[in-house]
Amino acid sequence: MKIIAVCGMGIGTSVLLKMNAEKVLAQLGIEATVEATDMKTARESRDAQVILTTPDLAQLLTGLPSEVITIDHFFDLEELTKKLSASLL
Amino acid sequence: MAFAKLAEAFAEHSIRVAAVALDREHAVELSGDLLVASGRATPQYVSEMVEVLETHGPYFVIAPGIALAHSKPSEAVMSTGLSLITLAEPIEFQNLANDPVRMVIGLCAVDHDSHIELLAELSALLSDEPTVNSLLNAVDTEHIRDLF
Repeated sequence: MKIIAVCGMGIGTSVLLKMNAEKVLAQLGIEATVEATDMKTARESRDAQVILTTPDLAQLLTGLPSEVITIDHFFDLEELTKKLSASLL
Repeated sequence: MAFAKLAEAFAEHSIRVAAVALDREHAVELSGDLLVASGRATPQYVSEMVEVLETHGPYFVIAPGIALAHSKPSEAVMSTGLSLITLAEPIEFQNLANDPVRMVIGLCAVDHDSHIELLAELSALLSDEPTVNSLLNAVDTEHIRDLF
């Protein structure tokens, strides 16, 4: 399964999101690759099952085949666990 | 020193406590100015950081009270680094979940992946609530450096 973590530039926010998502996915026993990417790449992406991003950016990522999951607090692994398991388990 | 990469990334003149910002753009600018003052980036990079806010909105407010302001790798970046300001008065970024912002961390990176370990340390630092409170309430830059 492919998951993309998206931020405006692909170097800061999305990288933090990717790292914490990988921790949570490992704990949940879900096999997935997580790529950090920028908005432009995300809009062109067609093969990601899930897009992880912030509420602000989610508004700009509509009409894609992927499910969009928004994260408010990037360091709150409980929020990530709750939202990822609701979607993937 | 638990966070060697953080200690290195915050060059001299990259940290400021109790900065006074007028609005969210100004707060981003102040964090960018410290990347310039500490020799990491050019003023062009600071303009780009503000443009990111204008183009993509305040998505980079990544946790309650904490913004991670950045642009992307370019010629405006001299070396990978971080800056940090705490704000004397919290600023509304119009981020519904995490307003108001009390601390802005500035980031510049020379490429897309050589700073991953640095961000892992930053993530570990900011995941610890007592540490975040110490950062927010630090009265001088030495108190902040002591946390790295």
